[in-house]
Parts: sequence; C-alpha cells; structure tokens
Amino acid sequence: MNDVTDAEVAAIFRREYGRAVAALMRSIGDISLAEEAVQDAFTTALVRWPEDGIPPAPAGWIITTARNRAIDRLRREASRDERQAAAMEMIRMDDEPEPDVRDDHLRLIFTCCHPALASEAQVALTLRLLGGLTTPEIARSFLVSESTLGQRISRAKAKIRDAGIAYRVPDVAELPERLRSVLAVVYLIFNEGYAATSGAQLMRESLCDEGIRLGRLLVELLPDESEAPGLLALMLLIDARRAARVAADGSFVRLEAQDRGSWDRARIAEGQALLRECLRRNRPGPYQLQAAIQAVHGDAASAVETDWRQILTIYDALYVLAPTAVVALNRAVVVGEIEGPEVALKIVDTLAIPQYHLFHAVRADLLRRLGRIADAAEAFQRAIAICGNQREKEFLEKQLGELRRN
Amino acid sequence: MKQYLLSVCYPAGGQPPAPDALARIMQDVGAIQNDMQAQGVWVFAGGLTDSSSATVVRSQGGEVVLTDGPFIEAREQIGGVTIVRAPDLDGALAWARRLTQAIGVPIEVRAFMQVHG
Repeated sequence: MNDVTDAEVAAIFRREYGRAVAALMRSIGDISLAEEAVQDAFTTALVRWPEDGIPPAPAGWIITTARNRAIDRLRREASRDERQAAAMEMIRMDDEPEPDVRDDHLRLIFTCCHPALASEAQVALTLRLLGGLTTPEIARSFLVSESTLGQRISRAKAKIRDAGIAYRVPDVAELPERLRSVLAVVYLIFNEGYAATSGAQLMRESLCDEGIRLGRLLVELLPDESEAPGLLALMLLIDARRAARVAADGSFVRLEAQDRGSWDRARIAEGQALLRECLRRNRPGPYQLQAAIQAVHGDAASAVETDWRQILTIYDALYVLAPTAVVALNRAVVVGEIEGPEVALKIVDTLAIPQYHLFHAVRADLLRRLGRIADAAEAFQRAIAICGNQREKEFLEKQLGELRRN
Repeated sequence: MKQYLLSVCYPAGGQPPAPDALARIMQDVGAIQNDMQAQGVWVFAGGLTDSSSATVVRSQGGEVVLTDGPFIEAREQIGGVTIVRAPDLDGALAWARRLTQAIGVPIEVRAFMQVHG
C-alpha cells in the first residue's frame, strides 16, 4: 500500500489535470480558482495516497476533493453574497449526477483556443490547462523566460475573465471557425517541436509528443469532425520520420537522404489507417490533404520511387482549400521534381514571402540545379540570415559550402 | 449580461468615404442598429466629431486647465461608439463583425467592468 511514489502522482497529474480543471471550471467559472482547487487536491493526494493507496478512480477523487476544497475556500472567503451563492451552487451540483466529462473537456479546449486570444496565449494556455505542463516546462519548450510565460498566461486568464470569453462549446454555426483555431494550436505545438523555429536543437520531442497527445484527445472528443483525425494522421506520418531526420551528430537529414529503414512503420500504418478512414467521409480539408501528401512519401520505398504526380494532384487540391504562399512554395518544389527547376523557379519568383527562410532555401536549391551558382549562393545567404534554428542553419551553411567548392 | 463598447477606429487624417458610399454605410449601420433594438441589446450609439475638435480638461495644482486638441495624438481615432448588452464576448463580436463589414474600418470590442451589487 505504501509504495505510491511522487512520480506516480505526477503521472496522474499530467493525465488528469486538464479533465479536473475542466470539471471544476463548470462550477467555479474562473480558471485560476479552478486551477488552485485542483492543485490543492493534488497536494492532498501527495499526503493521502501514500497512506491510503491510489483510489480506484483517481480523477474522480481529485475532482471531488478539489470541489470540496473550493467550497471550503469560497465559504471562508465569502465576504460577498455572490461568493456564498457560488458555494451553494457547487454544493447543489454535488448532488447531481456526474455530467458529461467530454463536454467539460471540450469547453475548456474551446476557451483556451478562443480566436480573441493571441496565438501564443492560446498555445500557452492549452499546454498549461490541457497538457498539465508547468509554467517552467512550457517556458523551456518555447525558449522564453518563466516570467514572460507566466505573464502571458495570467494576461490570457484575465482577458478570459474580463472580456467575458464564454466557457462553452461553440454552436453549430460557429464550430468550423472555432475548430480551425483549436486544430491550429495543436499543430503549432507539434510543429514547434518538430521544426523548432529557434534554438540549438533540431527538434523538441516533448512538444511533438504533446501535440500528438492533444491530437488524440481531439479525435476522441470530436468524433464527427474529419479534420481532427486528419490532423492526427498528419502529425503521426511526419513524426514517423523523427529518428531518420537527425543524424548521429545532431545535424539535419533531409527527406530524400533519410534512411527509410529507420522510419517508424507502426506510426506510418496508424497514420495511413486514420487517413483512409477520414477520407472515406468525403469531407476533405487542409489537414487531411497534407496528411495524404505525407502518406504518399510513406509509401515510397526510396526517394526516387516517390510518386510526385500524385503529390502534385494533392497539392493542387490543397491550394484550392488553402491558397497560401507557403502551400504554393511547397507545390513549386513538387513541380521542380516533375518538370525541372526552371519551371519551378518561375513559380517561386511570383511568391512574395521573403521573411520565410525556406523561400530562399528553395530558390537557392533551384538556382543551384540551374547552374546559377552566384545567385544560388546569395539565396542561401539570405536563408541563413533569417533561419532561427541552429541545426537548420548549419545544414544551409553546409550546402552553401559545397556550392562554393564545386 | 455584460455590456460591451464597440468603437469604430478610423485612421487619423484619412479621407471620409464618398457621399454615395457614405449613404450606403449609414443605411447598413442603421439596419444593424434596428436589429440591435429589436433584439433588446442596444444601449447607446453615436458618431463623434473629429478628434481635432476635442478639448481636454485637467486638474493641475488646484486649477482646472483646458487644452485644445485630443488627449493623445494617435494614428487611429475613435469615430463613433456603440454600446450593446451581450451574454459573452462572442455575442458582442457577432455585432462587431456586422459593423466592420458595413463600415469597412476596424471595430474595437471592450467589455465594461461589471459592478457587483
């Protein structure tokens, strides 16, 4: 009985924190108070569980304990009638059957990802409240100071309270736009892990894992939305190449040079199965199409066997749904594989995204293939100048070095 | 119910819309205000004269001093305000969406502090 470790409680904390805060939010209506109550309950758990053992339903125990703590606190501090009323309301809710946990969870997700919050605030809140990550952990992941991140989170919570951002699941009319914002936050978290925009490490795996975990949660909570499994499939298919993407010395290995034997076949199979299932619903969306592109790569036994024509067809469809310069740039790379660098360069030169380092990197590669060495070198230099990730920068410098030697 | 201030933000020194465009804007805004009143959310609305015509009154060492011109010289100025009642931010944003589409300039949405009785 007495072998409950802090690590076990910590693992339960990670797993159940979001659900518990979500459940408490419904009765308290304030994120900070809900968090305090849940943290109180976990502090109690650290004392009680080693003596009594972990309860059969730890999440339920935490939620009940947190609710009791919150009632105590509200009663103690009830200087205003309103607080007393809130405490009474919570006591009343205690007698009601356990409401839909799924709805609580969804409400919290949609609140964290409300489009009236800045994107970085959405990300921080989501990791904090749904991921159960601590402020120092999130600060480390995004390479910002703890105080900056702490302020970001408290400002976001204050805005939710003061601006009156509702704690509810959007209605049917609002759902598409609001869901886009939720999916974007999860993909941003994954991407920041996979292609860190700054720092010395190529990837920050914990963020990839967190993105996938949140992706699974969305699929579970929103079974009718085909873009949710689309996003999860996309993340799994990209993440399958995690090991092959980094060389032993930590440097970046691009797709065509990767050892396909070290791709995670189980992840690819899971991603492809998910994708097949959501494509069958025939409601294509940007994430499903991006996943489809990754799935084609996953099918190719070697780089030269890549079915570029199929990929181009998917990019054409993607561009219709998401006509962005970044999609056009990636599509141009595919055109380059099929029709050669000259045609591709013509497309790239119509795009105006000079602030994006890959724009210059793609141009550099096409110019190199066209034998325009001086122009290529200049483009590589521009890419290097604005690339924030140390490993990617080294990779570009290596290519520039090779260019100059030849 | 909360109350929200929807401010129409104009770039300072910008050209006003042409007469027929302005007439269309006024008509569209009028329709939105009718809807606000019909739904019982309308509290107040009004357009403001140019901020250069403002006067600032401040208390200085026991004396009240008047200054000609706006409080802050900003790149944007508030051209008008609407106050609506809404259950939450989304409700207020829905009206702001309609207003920005009608007027063609940004709308700032801000909640009033709630006074507890």
